[in-house]
Amino acid sequence: MTAVQVTLKLFATLQDYLPLEAKKTNALALELEAGTTVQQVIERFGLPQKLCHLVLIDGAFIPPAARATRALQAGETLAIWPPIAGG
Amino acid sequence: MAWTRKILRVDLNNGTCKSEPLNMEWAQQYLGQRGLATKYFISEVDPKVDPLSPDNKLIMTTGPLTGTPASTGGRYSVITKGALTGAIACSNSGGYFGAELKFAGWDMIIFEGKSAKPVYLAIENDKAELKDAAHLWGKTVWQTEEIIKKSHQDPQTRVCSIGRAGENGVMYACIVNDLHRAAGRSGVGTVMGSKNLKAVAVRGTQGVSIMKDAKAFMSAATAAKKVLAENAVTGQGLPTYGTQVLMNVINEMGALPTRNHRDSQFEDARKISAEAMIEKRPSDGKSHLVTNAACFGCTIACGRISRIDETHFSVVNKPEYWGASGGLEYEAAWALGAANGVGDLEALQYANLICNEDGFDPISFGATVGAAMELYELGILTEKIIGMEAPFGSAKALCDLAQMTARGEGFGKELGLGSARLCEKYGKPELSMGVKKQEFPAYDSRGIQGMGLAYATSNRGACHLRGYTVASEVLGIPVKTDPLVTEGKADLVKAFQDATAVFDSAGVCIFTTFAWTLADLQPQLAAACEGDWTMEKLAAMGERIWNMERQFNNAAGFTAKDDDLPPRLKTEPVKTGPAKGLVSGIDKMLPEYYQARGWDANGVPSKETLKRLGL
Repeated sequence: MTAVQVTLKLFATLQDYLPLEAKKTNALALELEAGTTVQQVIERFGLPQKLCHLVLIDGAFIPPAARATRALQAGETLAIWPPIAGG
Repeated sequence: MAWTRKILRVDLNNGTCKSEPLNMEWAQQYLGQRGLATKYFISEVDPKVDPLSPDNKLIMTTGPLTGTPASTGGRYSVITKGALTGAIACSNSGGYFGAELKFAGWDMIIFEGKSAKPVYLAIENDKAELKDAAHLWGKTVWQTEEIIKKSHQDPQTRVCSIGRAGENGVMYACIVNDLHRAAGRSGVGTVMGSKNLKAVAVRGTQGVSIMKDAKAFMSAATAAKKVLAENAVTGQGLPTYGTQVLMNVINEMGALPTRNHRDSQFEDARKISAEAMIEKRPSDGKSHLVTNAACFGCTIACGRISRIDETHFSVVNKPEYWGASGGLEYEAAWALGAANGVGDLEALQYANLICNEDGFDPISFGATVGAAMELYELGILTEKIIGMEAPFGSAKALCDLAQMTARGEGFGKELGLGSARLCEKYGKPELSMGVKKQEFPAYDSRGIQGMGLAYATSNRGACHLRGYTVASEVLGIPVKTDPLVTEGKADLVKAFQDATAVFDSAGVCIFTTFAWTLADLQPQLAAACEGDWTMEKLAAMGERIWNMERQFNNAAGFTAKDDDLPPRLKTEPVKTGPAKGLVSGIDKMLPEYYQARGWDANGVPSKETLKRLGL
């Protein structure tokens, strides 16, 4: 199976799920099997579903219904936030 | 009745203070705070008035829920004709001042005229008098508050004041209360300074106990607090990370205006984010963030209290800045940071401290520095003119320019003009990033299309707090919409603007709307205020307030041409990120918005619209 290189970014309280060194940048380089979906990455890192509120791939919003089918492509960045707001 | 039914009218020409009854008929139409005080303002002030003339008035106003046990019920607003914009100004602040004013028994204070010499207003319950402020003139906000509290021998006195920025005519001067909460935008502090009014000190011991139905109110307020507590945003996200958590979100979306909107992603965004605020610094092993903080009655507590690195170049010999103080919030961190390419968190904190200390808006200041840095990079402003090198990214220039602006020194005087007047002066008006002479906040209109329309049509000039469609376009509150398209944004913006006008008139914080809808606010108002406060009445009132403000601006001389964005946002596509290749669709959205509002093609409310709204 071909592997793809992607970047996982976890922010706010979700950064606790990153390895210590990756917390400094909120980013972790990942090598995934081709076809790995957003949902599979969420599960691999043990991220609580209810905290995966804002999910972006290369800055574009991924609706909850698409997470189980949206496979990550080589070079993409998956970024996830818990419920947050500002202004 | 959550209103005290009393107005304090202060004639600065003659030095008199008079009590008069609140117009309860108007209260039924405009509720309080933003709506009701704007009604008073436009009824008494010529729209063509020079904002800095004695004929302009300035109103400090509470809402019916200010000072009550309603969550976030500590808000007050300042209404005037904005010095920066020449448009209606309504700047809202938290802290404790608003509640104290209510406790003293006043719904609002109307200041008119101009004092011949510096004065401050001292209020102790029913007693109000103007006092000499010669010893306060030239003092900072922080010094003023300390001196007044000592002289009144009452540490529970609440103070709002202008700093040296308001005295020196910085066009975006704030009125700061409780050291680091501010009625921040549009130059309301500049107007206060023009009246030789340095401060208002208030002490109230009467409470706000008279409710239409106290038992029903407590029940409604408790239920609404439960909604805030159980909502993941208001119960956890905001108190833990504050507003600054948006920095990485907006940057990833490619909508973080960078270097005067030349770029839409900032390479150092993470360094100035909420995540960076909680990291331990190598220099002293302490995190920047000390704790979160709440305003009066607030059960969210989004405020940030931080401590600057004592070894940072900006404060290494200034121990007066080493203590914990307010900031950074998202808007200030963006304007002082990404807007001018500075990724030094400590430098941003220093500049923010100076803005708080001497009372000027960090959004307008930071964005004006960004415009100046672009003029410098273009060779139009020089090292000789500015007094230093000032390329994008210079933390040193940011810190020095903040100090110079606060003191009215050198090029700081020109920065105090704001970006529109500065860029006009140097022949590049198109480089001012704002609407109606007020600088944009922290969202790029090309990457979040609805915000472009919200900026263009905001009645107080470019502003995120008049219609925060970011909630929907980015955060999915109440429903997720696509930030990259223009379709549906006219109705979305109108809905946010009208609902915001209601919350701004009630005495509560707009951040409640991350969890509340009007349906959460309505039972509290219905129980607190006499009259029949239905959802329909509130919705109509929000639209009425918006149109009333619009009518004032139209009469002041604003036209549809002023509902526009700078050419950069309409002609220069975004270079990176998901919005790459996009420009703002403002020209498509604006006619749709006018239609949704019931306005003609010139942005003038139709007779039918005015009649429907009772205007």
